[in-house]
Amino acid sequence: MTVLTGARERRVRTGGVELCVAELGDPGQPTVILVHGYPDSKEVWSEVAPRLAERFHVVLYDVRGHGRSTAPRPLRGGFTLKKLTDDFLAVADAVSPDRPVHLVGHDWGSVQSWEFATVQRTEGRIASFTSMSGPSLDHFGHWINKRLKHPTPRRVGQLLGQGAKSWYICLLHTPVLPELAWRGPLGKRWPKILERVEKVPGNGGYPTSSLPTDAAHGAWLYRDNVRARLRRPRTDAYAHAPVQLITPLDDAFLSEKLYDELELWAPQLTRRTLPAKHWIPRTRPDRLAAWITEFVTSVEGGRPRAVTATGKYADRFGGQLVLVTGAGSGIGRATAYAFAEAGARVVAVDRDAEGAARTAEMSRLIGAPEAWAETVDVSDEQAMEKLAAKVAAEYGVVDVLVNNAGIGLGGAFLDTTPEHWKEVLDVNLWGVIHGCRLFGKQMAERGQGGHIVNTASAAAYQPSRALPAYSTSKAAVLMLSECLRAELAGRGIGVSAICPGFVNTNITSTARFAGVDAAEEKRRQKKSARLYALRNYPPEKVADAILRAVVRNQAVVPVTPEARGAHLMSRFTPRALRAIARLEPPL
Amino acid sequence: MTQPLTTVTFASVKLRARTAVSVDEWGGGMTTAVTGELSKDLRGFRVVQRLAYECAEAVAARLEPGITEREAARMQREWLRERGVRDWFHLPFAWFGDRTAFVNFRLPLQFFPTHRRLEPGMPFILDMAPVYDGFTADIGYSGSLGINPVQNKLMADLEAHRELILREVRERRSLREIYEDVDRLMVRQGYANRHRAYPFGVIAHKVDRVRQRRWSPHVFGFGTQSLKGLASDAFHGHREGWSPLWSPYRSSDHPPQPGLWAVEPHLGFRGTGAKFEEILVVTDSRDPEQSAFWLDDDLPWGSPRARSFERGGERRWAEDE
Repeated sequence: MTVLTGARERRVRTGGVELCVAELGDPGQPTVILVHGYPDSKEVWSEVAPRLAERFHVVLYDVRGHGRSTAPRPLRGGFTLKKLTDDFLAVADAVSPDRPVHLVGHDWGSVQSWEFATVQRTEGRIASFTSMSGPSLDHFGHWINKRLKHPTPRRVGQLLGQGAKSWYICLLHTPVLPELAWRGPLGKRWPKILERVEKVPGNGGYPTSSLPTDAAHGAWLYRDNVRARLRRPRTDAYAHAPVQLITPLDDAFLSEKLYDELELWAPQLTRRTLPAKHWIPRTRPDRLAAWITEFVTSVEGGRPRAVTATGKYADRFGGQLVLVTGAGSGIGRATAYAFAEAGARVVAVDRDAEGAARTAEMSRLIGAPEAWAETVDVSDEQAMEKLAAKVAAEYGVVDVLVNNAGIGLGGAFLDTTPEHWKEVLDVNLWGVIHGCRLFGKQMAERGQGGHIVNTASAAAYQPSRALPAYSTSKAAVLMLSECLRAELAGRGIGVSAICPGFVNTNITSTARFAGVDAAEEKRRQKKSARLYALRNYPPEKVADAILRAVVRNQAVVPVTPEARGAHLMSRFTPRALRAIARLEPPL
Repeated sequence: MTQPLTTVTFASVKLRARTAVSVDEWGGGMTTAVTGELSKDLRGFRVVQRLAYECAEAVAARLEPGITEREAARMQREWLRERGVRDWFHLPFAWFGDRTAFVNFRLPLQFFPTHRRLEPGMPFILDMAPVYDGFTADIGYSGSLGINPVQNKLMADLEAHRELILREVRERRSLREIYEDVDRLMVRQGYANRHRAYPFGVIAHKVDRVRQRRWSPHVFGFGTQSLKGLASDAFHGHREGWSPLWSPYRSSDHPPQPGLWAVEPHLGFRGTGAKFEEILVVTDSRDPEQSAFWLDDDLPWGSPRARSFERGGERRWAEDE
């Protein structure tokens, strides 16, 4: 019946009900208790639990009235937070009598877990708490009160925004109607709705057949608690254990603004965000398992953090696997560092082994929990395939891929030889194609989202007589990114093209110039390097733009004022742009 | 152990030596052919440089969370005044946190100590240039309150710069070229050049003996006597085609000028900075070993002693934890 393969089941009696408890993993390990939400049963965790069971003693139980736990009689008054706390304590005492447990809650599981983590009688029984998509009703009550008492325009906006997301709570307070709907058409259609609206992959016995009853009983969770708590929220609802808050940013039911002042209630707060909808235990199990594992391990180990991620987007990229090509210098290196500062695990790829190793080493120093260097020429198909296989086997599926490696080639079209063309297209275009093909495929197959960033260039839309081959390759990258974005949007994978203008990197000193001898080439490299140095736009700012593009899922991002200007001109005054293209560059 | 007659121009004093003097007593183990007179002069510089480093170590050992840059600068000033320093090449500086990498520095006034408070794990740099007994020192001392792995790495990588500079000065390369080579090494290491933020973007500047006056005012933190010396050097140098400021510009496109150079490469890496500053003695000797050498090879940074001691005395926070 259960989809939790290998689970040991037992029944725990408490307060007139019998709870169905499932256990996985070695009981000698720290215990992690997973609490499901509404309308769900413990099977919502069927993807996350086995991943956690490799390291921990994982315990799941059906909340009273759900799944294979019995319902209280009568239902009214049988679902108060006090009784739910009794249930939790009974389960915790049964599965881990001597050690405090690590609590993980989703949706209503998180709402009730907030109660467990803030009431006095559970003190010492909870080692840590990971909350997803479920605020404390008390905090929620205070949040509303604060906004009602001092309504600034922003606060009113936040209030209305959350109100619009909470419509279903009002419906659940009507008598009988919800029960009828759930036992009738809604219950039947729910799996399809989840699949279509919430993008929950429809597989493996979820939702379970008990859904109509679960949902009908669960309506009492709201009726018994919401009004009472929101009207008179507790004033002492301070968390007595470290809290990790995982916020899905596209949640249709909860605004992220709810957690704005959560640090007041949970002083030891770790924030995580991810671009996903409400049902993250179904859609992002790998990410959740990784974050829970990291958090639980750090709490168990007394939270020793030698190097902590201090970056701006640490909540988003902490623990994610990021692969950057061309990471041995310039924009690639700065990007690797920016991700490292945000706590990501970094794979630095470059054909210059020393540069890549250096980037990996420094990344570890500034916040990356792990960083590796790989020496690969992105234009080499076989080498890239080998790299993809190695990364998947040893480090995991890449969450963010940055195809950044590129070379410069200047000189007139008529001077550009086929060898020149081959060289620049091999690296600038084929390198990107290989990256997207191999790592994009892994992302798509995993089905848990991801992001691809391709470094194009302002030259992709700014024609010029000086860089025909380079511009062509970058224009191809830009179009490739746009097409790929369309294709992968349905799988939750974002694609961004970054178009920097003149950025002070060593691309100038490695660039080739067609139609000139070696000495003249050297001179032009020096001259262009000097001009770029005078322009002095730092690659770090491009790296910031890349992280922002991933966070906001932007499609095309021109960086530097000249790139933005050219981008606007390409849309509104293309003829002027063409006139500029005819100018001879001062080299 | 006799050597041919050697002429050594040093700090605009021409000296003749008939006998070679081993300079082992300086502690560096470096042998150079200079007269007793010269070594007496150098010894004066060495004494004040040691004094400055002692001050840096003493102040660094007294730094604790909550201390401001101004307080740290005052501690350096008072420590040195108590030991007889009356004049300055420049007043002591102290930079904490991301100010060690001169993040967002646009105006020269931003170099002066602020009310920024020191926090555990923060990097700091103390920079002072006391004049003692007419001899000038100019030192930079980087450290951190507790463990800062990034700064440790920066300091370790600075040693490559120290070697590079000495080697290329001995090769009599143009100062501008050496500057560019240092720049290239920094880029390869993945660091930003932060000495470019100094006035005139200098990686080094000349220091000299200073006449002792009863009243020695300073403008914008720089001692007038020292500025006078620098200005006169600049004046003579301009005629002869060299500059007392070792900058990336054409004015530094000349071989190393004999004299004492306070060399201060400054690396920056994402909000953490580190520098060293010590005196490089440049002579006009033909023997490469004697043509350039660090004034003192037994300083609390970069020396074997420092390495065994894990760079300076400021590690006590790490030990406390």
